[in-house]
Amino acid sequence: MTKLVQWLWGLAILGSTWAALTMGALGLELPSPYREVLWPLPAYLLVSAGCYALGTVGYRVATFHDCEDAARELQDQIQEARADLARRGLRF
Amino acid sequence: MASLELSRSPLRSRREPEVCSAGQDKYSVLLPTYNERENLPLIVWLLVKSFSESGINYEIVIIDDGSPDGTRDVAEQLEKIYGSDKILLRPREKKLGLGTAYIHGMQHATGNYIIIMDADLSHHPKFIPEFIRKQKEGNFDIVSGTRYKGNGGVYGWDLKRKIIRLYRKEVLQKLIEKCVSKGYVFQMEMIVRARQLNYTIGEVPISFVDRVYGESKLGGNEIVSFLKGLLTLFATT
Repeated sequence: MTKLVQWLWGLAILGSTWAALTMGALGLELPSPYREVLWPLPAYLLVSAGCYALGTVGYRVATFHDCEDAARELQDQIQEARADLARRGLRF
Repeated sequence: MASLELSRSPLRSRREPEVCSAGQDKYSVLLPTYNERENLPLIVWLLVKSFSESGINYEIVIIDDGSPDGTRDVAEQLEKIYGSDKILLRPREKKLGLGTAYIHGMQHATGNYIIIMDADLSHHPKFIPEFIRKQKEGNFDIVSGTRYKGNGGVYGWDLKRKIIRLYRKEVLQKLIEKCVSKGYVFQMEMIVRARQLNYTIGEVPISFVDRVYGESKLGGNEIVSFLKGLLTLFATT
């Protein structure tokens, strides 16, 4: 089973549970306060997931390490390498 | 004399490490190249330096796909300088793709560990001894470099997926058999398959340096193809 199919199954099961409970199918009558919370729950979860994703990406981008030392070191070693290789007979 | 009972440490994977015929670990670096005339001598010099300084048994397999810029000529010079036991030239006639380059390289590699990296200096070989140390520490099947943890990071914003990884030879062979994607998605797919097969994966923080930083490479193109690749993997694995 691919990940896509797993997710579709999961959404189908949760979705039908939510629909059954909010429509009062199967004769299940949830008390009013529960229904008031349950009804907007999918939309609420979607928006929260979106905010979490954006927040995480933003945070990670902002705290991404900038490796200036590594860049400098590489440039120095490139000079060293070219000199050493020329000495050993490499024609660039 | 009392006999010693060695108990298995819980960290050890169920696989015993295979050693090559000399009874010692040997590390084969696979370098697929296409138009890397400038970078190839530099990456080879850095590799030789890192391995020699750490006393590691190694070889470098250069798989050139008929580069028109004379990469093969430079590779031949490097073979003369460092010896054909250390620099293995296994070129191909034309551009045949990354996956087949790895297969081709592995057929000629004599090491029991394979290191895959790009020839364009995006990753510095100085990290390889750390990869080797990490692999021994956790007896990992695969060790991958990460820019996102520890003191990993980047210089320059090239979004292209550059991968540097150490594999046990038999693990890489098995994964290449199972993978079906092309290009960089193939590298991502290897990790997905590895997890499915319960291979152990370790990570080492690395820095990625875009040597020619200054040219704008921040294209929406890369983001789109990455997302497409991700969705393809999501739907097919």
